[in-house]
Amino acid sequence: MRTARTSRRAMTFAVVAALATGLLAGCASDDGDDSGGAGGSGDKEGATTLTVGTFGTFGYKQAGLYDEYMKLHKNITIKENVTTRTDVYWPKTLTRLQAGSGTDDIQAIEIGNITEAVQTQANKFVDLGKEVDKSQWLDWKNKQATTKDGKLIGLGTDVGPMAICYRKDLFKKAGLPTDRTKLAEMWKGDWAKYVDVGKDYMKKAPSGTKFVDSASSVYNAALGGAKDRYYDKSGNVIWDKSEGVKKSWDASMEVATSNMSAKLKQFDKPWDQGFANAKFATVACPAWMVGYIQEKSGDAGEGKWDIAAAPTAANWGGSFIGVPTASKHQKEAIALAKWLTAPAQQAKVFAKQASFPSTPSAYSTLKPKAETLAYFSDAPLTQIFSDSAKTIPVQIFGIKDQPINTAITDTGILQVEQKGKSPEQGWDAATSEVKDVLGQ
Amino acid sequence: MTSSNEALAQTASSADAASDSTEESGAARGAQGRGTPPSDTSWRSRLYRWDMKASPYAFIAPFFIIFGAFSLVPLLYTAWYSLHNVQLSSLDSQTWAGLKNYTNLFDSEFFWNALGNTFTIGVISTVPQLIVAIWLAHMLNYRLRGSIVWRVVMLTPYATSVAAATLVFVLLFSPDNGMINWALDLVGIDPVNWRESDWGSQLAVSSIVIWRWTGYNALIYLAAMQAIPADLYESAALDGANRWQQFRHVTVPMLRPTILFTVVVSTIGATQLFGEPLLFGGVSGTKGGSQHQYQTLGLYMYDQGWINGNLGKAAAIAWSMFLILLVIAAINLLITRRLRKAQ
Repeated sequence: MRTARTSRRAMTFAVVAALATGLLAGCASDDGDDSGGAGGSGDKEGATTLTVGTFGTFGYKQAGLYDEYMKLHKNITIKENVTTRTDVYWPKTLTRLQAGSGTDDIQAIEIGNITEAVQTQANKFVDLGKEVDKSQWLDWKNKQATTKDGKLIGLGTDVGPMAICYRKDLFKKAGLPTDRTKLAEMWKGDWAKYVDVGKDYMKKAPSGTKFVDSASSVYNAALGGAKDRYYDKSGNVIWDKSEGVKKSWDASMEVATSNMSAKLKQFDKPWDQGFANAKFATVACPAWMVGYIQEKSGDAGEGKWDIAAAPTAANWGGSFIGVPTASKHQKEAIALAKWLTAPAQQAKVFAKQASFPSTPSAYSTLKPKAETLAYFSDAPLTQIFSDSAKTIPVQIFGIKDQPINTAITDTGILQVEQKGKSPEQGWDAATSEVKDVLGQ
Repeated sequence: MTSSNEALAQTASSADAASDSTEESGAARGAQGRGTPPSDTSWRSRLYRWDMKASPYAFIAPFFIIFGAFSLVPLLYTAWYSLHNVQLSSLDSQTWAGLKNYTNLFDSEFFWNALGNTFTIGVISTVPQLIVAIWLAHMLNYRLRGSIVWRVVMLTPYATSVAAATLVFVLLFSPDNGMINWALDLVGIDPVNWRESDWGSQLAVSSIVIWRWTGYNALIYLAAMQAIPADLYESAALDGANRWQQFRHVTVPMLRPTILFTVVVSTIGATQLFGEPLLFGGVSGTKGGSQHQYQTLGLYMYDQGWINGNLGKAAAIAWSMFLILLVIAAINLLITRRLRKAQ
């Protein structure tokens, strides 16, 4: 009885203490913000705390960039607020931007959301165009974050130039060339040619292996290099009329219906296992996927993988960082954003995280890890990826690019590939899904 | 439980009766009761009377203020939203849409699909859950060694967070190496793809609901059972009724109001089902599977509003859900009246 009472008392005390600390902490950080805001460039030493809102792994912390910056600027403390999932991060950020409060000093924007940000949130972001030398970045990367009247709302972080990662050992067994330049020549210019190579592969395929991991990956890769996607220049949805979508869909349908796909869903567990067990011979790999392949294939895949140029230059993924006008420390935030996205820092993130820089001047300095090079048969991967990055067309994105894409790959293509429906049925399923996305 | 409910109902009705009579006399009665002479000229007594009248309102005000701010205003605002075309990315520019959001829903296969799923998942989770709960409560109602332990254990699932519970169930139901498929394999049943198949996924989702809420309902039943006079059982036993007959002819009829209460609460819970299917679905959880096999109304609303950014349409879904709940409440009221008359 006595112990019960004491423990209850202890419990109450603990709860009260926790609440009190929380309140105090809240007050403390508010104070910090206020003094920083009033002081501007910091009349108090160590007064300014900058927060960076990101999703997933950006690699800034991992590459030690925050620590380095804080050492260079004694009056600044950096805190990163990470939301793991993009589909949680973006709606939250949107509402905070519109409310004009609760945003971080630097806010990351995924490529799939950049058009929405440019078209609807431009006045909530600081114009960074006047603050930086725009020519540092890839031209197409800048254009994606620029409004019609020339305002640059985000600085490019990484890009996802595409190549084809393939298993030399499987290619050899299937009687195909294994040389990366020869292969690149075979499928150059058109993803349909890549599918043709797949047909050749399947004629003598080593048992239990397929040519490609999934039809969706072929779709994404092909669409990543197409001039038109789901929207036209004036923001109208053209997803069912666009040439790029049609060609990419056809290529993926060819894959889905001709038994050359391992029918895996990317980033699902079985996909990971597919790497480990060598279930497929090729995968369209953006630069950031290289580390992933190395991790999932494990030691067994060492030296068996190689990288060849993709049929067309294509991009998959990549982000921007912008400074919301609601930030109380705009000046400091702009300086930090500039520094984080400068070529030197992007090269450091690449060394740690294999996120490919969006600043071409960094390309000559890129140093892939020695293990990675050995793993991919000493392929000149920085060369291959930078060639791709420089020739990627300026793609027009739309407000709902991402949900439309998910509707097509996760419903349309998946149903054809995994449930044996016809391409027409798959297209119909995708159509009703896209209509639902658009609220029609 | 039952008796306290009735007691509450009685106090409520007597309170109603009291408020029907003039308030003046009520206040006067109160004043006389304390022995203060009623004198209108005295400042003190006027303050006292004012205090008698106003204090109760002051005491209940916090609830109504909070209810107004966090329930009523959002409810009405949602109704306003549902009549407009609102996008998450541009909350400031709303255009009048009339009933378009609603007609849109009635044409949408996904809405009807979600409604159907909500219904089937609701049925296959609520029915077994309540039956098992009543059975458990009946068992616990007998003299048991360590009965408190049993009761606490039963309430543990309810105290677990949805997220934690669902993550464990996802592992159990994993098609490749989950424990359920492994157990099925032992008895010679082919593995089920618990995520992709229609019934499989819905069963998996309802099993999480059943696991979480059975103990909670069992405790409510247990409380009601303990209010049943023991002599009813004694006389039944004297008449030669066995335990099953006692259960059927004494326990269940006495529990009727409680059962009704749990049915209503579970139905409301089932209509709002959200967390379990969302987390069960993993990365693309808001879609409820590649063919929307287990997309409930709650998920569909979230998907429309926060993933696709169609806030107006999401608001229309929210209001449709609200109307559906009103219909359910009305049906329930009818059944209750029937039952009362039958008694």
